[in-house]
Amino acid sequence: MKRETLISISLLLIATLYLIGRVFFSEHGMGKAYVRTVEVKSSKLNSALTWTKHVNTTQRNYHDAVAKNPTQTEYKFSWSRTIGIWVAAFFTLFILSFLYKDNPLYKIAESVVVGVSAAYWMVVAFWTTIVPNLLGKLSPEWIKSWAMPGLNTEAELIYLVPLIMGIMLIWRLAPNGSWISRWPLAFIIGTTAGIRLIGFLHADFLGQIRNTIISLVVSSPDTGFDFWDSLKNIVIVIGVLATLVYFFFSIEHKGYVGKIAKLGIWFLMITFGAAFGYTVMGRIALLAIRIEFLLNDWLWLIDPSYSRVLM
Amino acid sequence: MYELLKDLDKRWIFLLMFLSVTIPIYIIAKTGKSFPEVPTVLSEAVFQSIENLNEGDPVLLSFDFDPASEGELGPMATAFVRHCAEKKVKMYFMALWPVGPQMIDDAIARVIDTDFSHLVYGQDYVNLGFKPGNEGVIKVIVTDMRELYTTDDIGTSIDEIPMMAHIDNVQDFDLVINVSAGYAGTKEWVQYASTPYPEKIKIVAGCTGVQAPLLYPYIPNQLPGLLGAIKGAAEYEKLVIDKYGGLNPDPKYLEAKRRMGPQLVAHLLIIILIILANYIYFIERRREMSS
Repeated sequence: MKRETLISISLLLIATLYLIGRVFFSEHGMGKAYVRTVEVKSSKLNSALTWTKHVNTTQRNYHDAVAKNPTQTEYKFSWSRTIGIWVAAFFTLFILSFLYKDNPLYKIAESVVVGVSAAYWMVVAFWTTIVPNLLGKLSPEWIKSWAMPGLNTEAELIYLVPLIMGIMLIWRLAPNGSWISRWPLAFIIGTTAGIRLIGFLHADFLGQIRNTIISLVVSSPDTGFDFWDSLKNIVIVIGVLATLVYFFFSIEHKGYVGKIAKLGIWFLMITFGAAFGYTVMGRIALLAIRIEFLLNDWLWLIDPSYSRVLM
Repeated sequence: MYELLKDLDKRWIFLLMFLSVTIPIYIIAKTGKSFPEVPTVLSEAVFQSIENLNEGDPVLLSFDFDPASEGELGPMATAFVRHCAEKKVKMYFMALWPVGPQMIDDAIARVIDTDFSHLVYGQDYVNLGFKPGNEGVIKVIVTDMRELYTTDDIGTSIDEIPMMAHIDNVQDFDLVINVSAGYAGTKEWVQYASTPYPEKIKIVAGCTGVQAPLLYPYIPNQLPGLLGAIKGAAEYEKLVIDKYGGLNPDPKYLEAKRRMGPQLVAHLLIIILIILANYIYFIERRREMSS
């Protein structure tokens, strides 16, 4: 057996023994989830309709409730959410294991994520698009009877147009006449381009020109000349102009134009550096939340929100 | 030193990064201490925008993110809901991301159900849920809310929800708060809501680190306030806690501040690694030139 394999198996064995020890032989175990039963009232006016839902609660709340009344049923242990914590923990470790090297556990986690995401999207698309936005508009009474009891709209036959276009779009799966799908596709591309063009022209092109027309000498009657705001505005204007010159290729970048274009490169580099810094911060935050989940929710090694007793 | 670093296995760097995040998390959780935060102008602007609202003002909270960004955006979503609840404004939740409603439920359970249980669903807050269509949704609801929102997230007709009685479109809200992880998000809200209606729609936002540099050009005219990544969230948390937290604030309202510890150590590590990588690059270049 290779030395690397031996070390890996030994580490896995130690981790497994540690988990078994914490689950079965420690005082409070680990990775357990609790719920509280809550009664929900209907938001409808003058409605007496109520139902119950289970919301997450802490081990401390459960412990206190049992200590007060051992037969209470409001707080209880949740098997399904406990299994969820364990699955999430193992899948986090499976994905992180790719940092060591590609392995079957990573592949399993990756495949599950892809499969679940695809299925989830299909279900969400059906219930949020097909049902309310198409069927709900064409036949509201029918949808109201089995899917959306709160639906109070009249049938709108104009929605036959998207229905027909949808069928035309799916036609590309048929053995003959797949060209029919190009017509609705052309409509989608045209409308999307139009909507986005207006948004970018208004908010980015015109909006950014307006945002650059600013006073280079900032002063107010109360505080007088404001050096730092003035400097900030000057840097903004110079930065915008220098960067625009860099992207202006109709004149060769020589002499003064070349020097201004080089200044534009500096501004761009600083922008990329700031973007990289922000991205690093974001990624570290994501790593931190996963590690916090493993240490807090799963292993119960830390308890930053004081949610457990005797920790 | 050079020989060691030149052929260093990248897995050592991964291990160092893992430790630089794990150890501060462990220490901060055990000691209960975190680093001090000094709010910047942008965080102050976000805080002040909500602070200027009056009791009963309608506020739209669009939670356009999913669990993948929860680590960055969850704390600011929690702080936004808490601040709105303290100000006693009416909260209208919606989402442009399919998993957004779950993020809304999570924030409601964490803040409203536990600390503001006197608030009544349908009268003080409502979850309008997810609508597909990205910027198309914004484009429609800025002029007609009922064209898309016929029911709330649990299927109740919005005509039967008391707090929806005076809401016809987004222009009726006194403030739009957007928590954004990407497309569709803050950029689209700026493009299709605050830019066409600058006098009627005011937006403040919290976003991921990746997005923040792309949104700075909109400040301050199109976007008066922005919380950039976990740092922005920590600053905003401090402002909310200072005003409403009391002497012993609940730890769930200090999540972002706690996560600034691992940020500091991990950033120091990255700075050291960049310096070392440049050191290796210059040594190698000098050796190539001399040979």
